[in-house]
Amino acid sequence: MKIGLDVGSTTLKCVVYKGNDPIFQEYERHFSQIAEKASDMLSRVMERFPEAGRAALCVSGSAGMGLAEDLGIPFVQEVFATRAAVQRYLPGSDVVIELGGEDAKILFLSGSVEVRMNGSCAGGTGAFIDQMATLLDITPTELNDIAGESKRTYSIASRCGVFAKSDIQALLNQGAQKDDIAASILSAVVNQTIAGLAQGREITGKVVYLGGPLTFFSQLREAFDQILGVQGVCPKGSLYYVAAGAALSGQGEEFDLAEITGKIRNYSSSHHYQSGEALFRSEEEYREFVERHKKDSVPINAPLGEDGTAYVGIDAGSTTVKAVAINEKGEIVRSRYLPNNGNPVPLVRDFLLDLYQRFPQIKIKAAASTGYGEEIIKHAFRLDFGLVETMAHFTAAKRFLPEVDFIIDIGGQDIKCFKIKNGAIDNIFLNEACSSGCGSFLQTFAGALGYEMADFAKQGLFAESPVDLGSRCTVFMNSSVKQAQKDGASLGSISAGLSMSVVKNALYKVIRVTDARALGKHIVVQGGTFLNDAVLRAFEKEIGQNVTRPSAAGLMGAYGAALFAQQRAGERSTILGPEELENFSHDVKSINCNGCQNHCRLTVNTFAGGARYIAGNRCDKPLQKRSQTAKYNLYDYKKQLLAAYKPCKGPRGTIGIPMGLNLFELYPFWHTLLVGLGFGVITSPESDRQLYLKGQHTIPSDTVCYPAKLMHGHIEALLEQKPDAIFYPCMSYNFDEHLGDNHYNCPVVAYYPEVLDANVTALGETKFIYDYVGPHRRKDFPKKLTGVLNKYFSGITEKEVKAAADAAYAEYAAHMRRIRQKGQEYMAYAKENGLPVVVLAGRPYHLDSEINHGIDKLICECGAVVVTEDSISGQVEKFPTKVLNQWTYHARLYAAARYVAQSGDPRVNLVQLVSFGCGVDAITGDEVRSILEDGGRIYTQIKIDEITNLGAVRIRLRSLFAALGLGE
Amino acid sequence: MADDTSRVEFTREMKDTYTILTPNMAPIHFELIKNVFNSFGYHLDLLTTTGREVVDEGLKYVHNDTCYPALLSIGQLMHALHSGKYDLNKVALIMTQTGGGCRASNYIHLLRKALKKDGLEHIPVISLNLSGLESNSGFKLTLPMLRRAIAALTYGDLLMLLKNQTKPYELTPGESDGLVAEWIQKLTGLFEAGKAFTQREVRAYFEQITGSFAAIKTEKREKLKVGIVGEIYVKYSALANNGLEEFLFRQGCEVMVPGIMGFMIFKVDNRLQDIELYGGSAAKKQLCTALKWYFTKFEADLIAAVKKYPQFTPPAPYSHLKALAGDVIGHGCKMGEGWLLTAEMMELVESGYENVVCTQPFGCLPNHIVGKGMIRKVKNVYPEANIVPIDYDPSATQVNQENRIKLMLSVAT
Repeated sequence: MKIGLDVGSTTLKCVVYKGNDPIFQEYERHFSQIAEKASDMLSRVMERFPEAGRAALCVSGSAGMGLAEDLGIPFVQEVFATRAAVQRYLPGSDVVIELGGEDAKILFLSGSVEVRMNGSCAGGTGAFIDQMATLLDITPTELNDIAGESKRTYSIASRCGVFAKSDIQALLNQGAQKDDIAASILSAVVNQTIAGLAQGREITGKVVYLGGPLTFFSQLREAFDQILGVQGVCPKGSLYYVAAGAALSGQGEEFDLAEITGKIRNYSSSHHYQSGEALFRSEEEYREFVERHKKDSVPINAPLGEDGTAYVGIDAGSTTVKAVAINEKGEIVRSRYLPNNGNPVPLVRDFLLDLYQRFPQIKIKAAASTGYGEEIIKHAFRLDFGLVETMAHFTAAKRFLPEVDFIIDIGGQDIKCFKIKNGAIDNIFLNEACSSGCGSFLQTFAGALGYEMADFAKQGLFAESPVDLGSRCTVFMNSSVKQAQKDGASLGSISAGLSMSVVKNALYKVIRVTDARALGKHIVVQGGTFLNDAVLRAFEKEIGQNVTRPSAAGLMGAYGAALFAQQRAGERSTILGPEELENFSHDVKSINCNGCQNHCRLTVNTFAGGARYIAGNRCDKPLQKRSQTAKYNLYDYKKQLLAAYKPCKGPRGTIGIPMGLNLFELYPFWHTLLVGLGFGVITSPESDRQLYLKGQHTIPSDTVCYPAKLMHGHIEALLEQKPDAIFYPCMSYNFDEHLGDNHYNCPVVAYYPEVLDANVTALGETKFIYDYVGPHRRKDFPKKLTGVLNKYFSGITEKEVKAAADAAYAEYAAHMRRIRQKGQEYMAYAKENGLPVVVLAGRPYHLDSEINHGIDKLICECGAVVVTEDSISGQVEKFPTKVLNQWTYHARLYAAARYVAQSGDPRVNLVQLVSFGCGVDAITGDEVRSILEDGGRIYTQIKIDEITNLGAVRIRLRSLFAALGLGE
Repeated sequence: MADDTSRVEFTREMKDTYTILTPNMAPIHFELIKNVFNSFGYHLDLLTTTGREVVDEGLKYVHNDTCYPALLSIGQLMHALHSGKYDLNKVALIMTQTGGGCRASNYIHLLRKALKKDGLEHIPVISLNLSGLESNSGFKLTLPMLRRAIAALTYGDLLMLLKNQTKPYELTPGESDGLVAEWIQKLTGLFEAGKAFTQREVRAYFEQITGSFAAIKTEKREKLKVGIVGEIYVKYSALANNGLEEFLFRQGCEVMVPGIMGFMIFKVDNRLQDIELYGGSAAKKQLCTALKWYFTKFEADLIAAVKKYPQFTPPAPYSHLKALAGDVIGHGCKMGEGWLLTAEMMELVESGYENVVCTQPFGCLPNHIVGKGMIRKVKNVYPEANIVPIDYDPSATQVNQENRIKLMLSVAT
């Protein structure tokens, strides 16, 4: 008898063979009780086959590694096992796609055998689908079912679960249909698999689908078939291939079954996971803690005053809707806290109807909304005010602790922290898309391990040695838990560990404190996640001081909105009355905006009475209102400048230039030079999502920045135009602008052409000129370039090159001068008209609207003039920095920050755009911050990636303006 | 310009009384170099701390998106400062600084920022560099020191190579490791006595060392041959790569890790390459050519010594690596490990180490290009190449890393 045991991240699978025939197979979730479940399973095998005293046993699967190693049971890597089983049962297969709980794998079997496994930064697996289903408040099976009904798919960032989640959240809040979202989630999984794993190798021939998600979800298979253009098969027993492969691998060893089962049962890992201190040492300690927090409470179910005066606040958050009504004294009369199930509108309607019913005498004087769904709620119910959520939270926190100097709010999706100085918000920290391991994450985890959230948290309160899970994003956290499971951590330790990691994430990733005492003396913690005692305790322990948790911690946004409304109330609110609510209707329609090349997909919400709310737009165009400053956007001006260099023909042939990375700045230089030499020049089209998808299959490193990834699409698009050559030289050095110690390009900008040549096969069709050039040495440049060009063309003389280069240098200088002049002009205009200015500082390629997601326009919408870092950096003399200032583009950032810090004008501020994965900005970000803060200014950083969710960005910007007392 | 005015200098007076804390990278090499420095009157303390505390200190003081090597080195130093073992008024820190276009040139500034955050900015930080980036009156790289340090590096390369090729086959477990320790001690004594660093002496000791390893009793065992390349710190440091060499050894592999000398020659040669590609001064060219020549002689002697014993696989000379790289990547690609990393993968495959672990800190910029970016081209040239890129960072778990390496190994069998 041969037994194969597959211990995956979430499930346990077992197959027993007698000779060549499988005689037993079983599948169950192990809820991280690996030793127990595995021995149970083996016991069942013994019961079924009492005659088998000994059997060959072999283990596979990531969570089985530790167990196998310690007990001396042979272990085979799961991909290896899959291959063994596929060769046996499905000979002639070309490609196997196997998705598991947390792993994704592709095996190429024909030709040169290759296996690919997802990197450590990649969602797009079973756990991802589970998480998304939770978000939609349906089961994964239902998700599959409704996906079959979809009519359209939206593009959802597929790289990582957290990003996808924010995309989906935005879609939900905009009123997109659930079935369409479900289908979009499944295509995101497919895109992730192709982009992350296939890496340029084509998936064709006989394709096999294995593993849980592909077995259970017919629509996922369908999506793979459709996107790959194949007809894949999902064989019988597709869940058991790894287990079968383990049994069949021939590596199993004979064991006495009863004995080894006993050993497994008694197995406790010899490894020790990293652990921290227990949250509570005794029940006593816990009781004290509970007593202490009881005193920070606000009356709930308070009576209305005699005249029925009330104020309503609604916080339509990312995963929940919070609504409160307060009386004149600020006591809560009525409150609701509900999961938003993807559409907050009906919930708010129910709340209001209920309110009118319970308190017929109610007289609502004012109402305000806040949160992600602020706009839609405000329009749907005709509220008086909308306010940015940071302000709402601050307003509420002051109520509990007037001297509050630090607020931290951990909600379902976001972490928000702000420092308060002199009664105003002084500094804001919001979590970036990558580190949002927050409330909903804890919830999903509890669910995955088979618990209700509250029970799961309780398990952790008294755990003796909570697991140390580190402080990164959800996907990383999943594998840390996997490791802890392997090392035998108990459920309680994992629960406590997760609570602690949420806290550490907030402290060390978002706020990045070194000294917890520096946070403040009067700290208010809030957000639904802090209602969890384990998280609250972990926070107090980590910072070493007690904090205030209002009893209404979960409602603070709504409560703050209500208080805000109260402060600004008139005689009567414009809010919909009971009759209007009865006849309330809400229609959602999707249309494509044709206002510009972005072609945003808009959701048009129409409410009873004809009120409309449009979402999904990146600019004001479809709303037909334009802010005064829309014309004063230097990003637009720079784009116009580039567009002025028209495509042209030339006697020496046509050269294609991909418009990305440093070419966004050097295009005027190269265009002039090449045209001067008699070449025609064409460029790749403007970036968009489609262009990215065109090139995504050749990206070798999924953690490189988005601007670099886009280059793959640009090359593909350029090739379609069939130029005689593509010109994209490598450049270690950039021009020396004498602002820094050196004038390098970053490694990615410097050498990305090498990656393209190595990975974009189609480039073989044309001449790809990616030699190393150094225009920073003007004297040597013409000679060196002549050498380069003559490798590809004949008869180009140095004299010609010299003349063309002179023109190019002149044109480049003129181009940069135009930018600086225009910058001056805009600054002057802003000064004259008393308008705020935002220096939107990044790199030349942040000009690309697919990269900046229209953030420049968003800022203009807020009423500010937008200028670029390169338009003002020239006005600053070289000055000492605390880091080695060695990159040309980054030296401009420091200079721009210095300019702002020294401007003495509080209306001039800097916002730094940072591409996700930009290692260099880990250094520049801190330095820019310190330059600004030394000048008493607020530093704002916006991280951008594939994501298109501008909700969070809007909050940041509005908070900035609110903190400055500008705009709004 | 990096702010030099507020920098705390390491003065001549400090030399006698201060302990200089040194983060560890390659244990054999750094131990030897430390001893060289100490023989010149410095008091270097090479930190051997490991474990979660080091990582936690790093996370606390360094921007978490900064590369893992910075986080670990700085974490290790801050951890030492907080350990209570050192008088904070009699301690200095040292860190290498390469001066290339990669983030690594900024580690030293990040370290100063970390000190400042902690109110310890009075502690001097010494930059160990050959580019003249920063200087200190109390810390001078003199020619005699340099010559010994360069010799120490090559001895380190040789000892590492021989240990890796002997240990999997030794009859008495621990013998190779013991011999390494013995030689470190012996060489240290020799350096102090002013010996063992001239070209002629080095050649003789190379032969003695190789002979001593060849004399270890071994037996033929079936081993999988695995090469390790990568970002220089993660490649060598067990703290960073979760004991990769040991892990592979336990999995029944023979490991080859290309040495540091190749990297040194690469850094010098880059200057020549720049001049060739973009133009430059003749004086600089002359100096670099001389230095390259000096390094290359050591390399040649090392290879010759290893070649005498057929059971050992010698490393390939730099010139050969450069020729290999030329087929797939430009020689102008110089930031970080540059084209050398790609060339090392190719050379490993060529000399029988077809299985390669390419290590990099998560998000390492140069390795997007020269590591992951070039695997496809390398495989086109060598279809038998079996390469797995592994990311290292504070939260990447060992189980995931090991699972992927095991996958690579299972393909190999």
